[in-house]
Amino acid sequence: MNLLIIAALTLVAIAAVVVVFTDDPARQAVTLSVFGLLLAILFMVLQAPDVALSQIAVGTAVVPLMIMLAVRKVRGRQ
Amino acid sequence: MTRGLRLLLFAGGAAATVVLLVFGVLGLPHFGSSFHPYRDHAVPAAVSHKTANVVSSINFDLRGLDTFGEETILLASVVGAAVLLRPAEDEDEKRPLSGGRILDSTRLVGYLLLPVTLLIGLDTVLHGALTPGGGFQGGVVLGTGIHLLYVAGSYQALERARPEDLFEYGEALGTGAFACVGIAGLLAGAGFLGNLLPQGAFGSLLSSGSVLLLSAAVGVEVASGVVVLLARFLDQALRVGKDTPR
Repeated sequence: MNLLIIAALTLVAIAAVVVVFTDDPARQAVTLSVFGLLLAILFMVLQAPDVALSQIAVGTAVVPLMIMLAVRKVRGRQ
Repeated sequence: MTRGLRLLLFAGGAAATVVLLVFGVLGLPHFGSSFHPYRDHAVPAAVSHKTANVVSSINFDLRGLDTFGEETILLASVVGAAVLLRPAEDEDEKRPLSGGRILDSTRLVGYLLLPVTLLIGLDTVLHGALTPGGGFQGGVVLGTGIHLLYVAGSYQALERARPEDLFEYGEALGTGAFACVGIAGLLAGAGFLGNLLPQGAFGSLLSSGSVLLLSAAVGVEVASGVVVLLARFLDQALRVGKDTPR
């Protein structure tokens, strides 16, 4: 295990804690997106570029976007 | 079942899981060691089928059936989400859009990045057999990239650029094409999804036989699926609302 992997792992762990402790779902979508980007960097460092690409596309773009849209819809109904 | 009994059952199951997990992790080869039996078999198999990207070879050739299962899961979830997100009986689908203001900088960056993103998506799909990526990754980039039109322009512009019918057909077409390649292998005697096509020269664009075809099929399916899914979500958020009496 080299320093780069340790640094990436630590960042992922910190970001995961931040996501869990973000209360507002709309803000959580943003922290989740950052977490997804850090996870992609970890995959890249672990020499898995294919997985990193999937992670960037799905984890930092599609999923947070769907959460944002769902939150907007739910708030509009209240 | 009482609460106490349920808790006891859970405690037993959780303890057994922890024990198995600890023993499993302790029995793993060391991190970064050279002992790698799966690699020792997968890499020569990929090279023998002229596929430079071993991950794509595993996904679309060596274990194509797994990927076919995943594609049908994706199809089923998109269909399921689209059904759930249809307008309710007392809702109107064509609520007028409330106008928003877009910053000039957002508009500029969006329009600049739109063609670049679509090109990267297409490149990722077509070079799936050679470089990291493939149908799934490229398809998601294509499917999300088109939404820059909404970010930079307007929802009407996006609605005009992505006729939903077309992408619903695309979703079915991609999955159907994957199945057809599989059945073609079966008919030719190589087994379902057997790689029988001419495989070309190692490292050239038209190498790897059916991997390229399957990657393209998945690209069409995933891009269409993402567009259909996000279209349902966007419609719910922006268009669908309670019927106003007229």
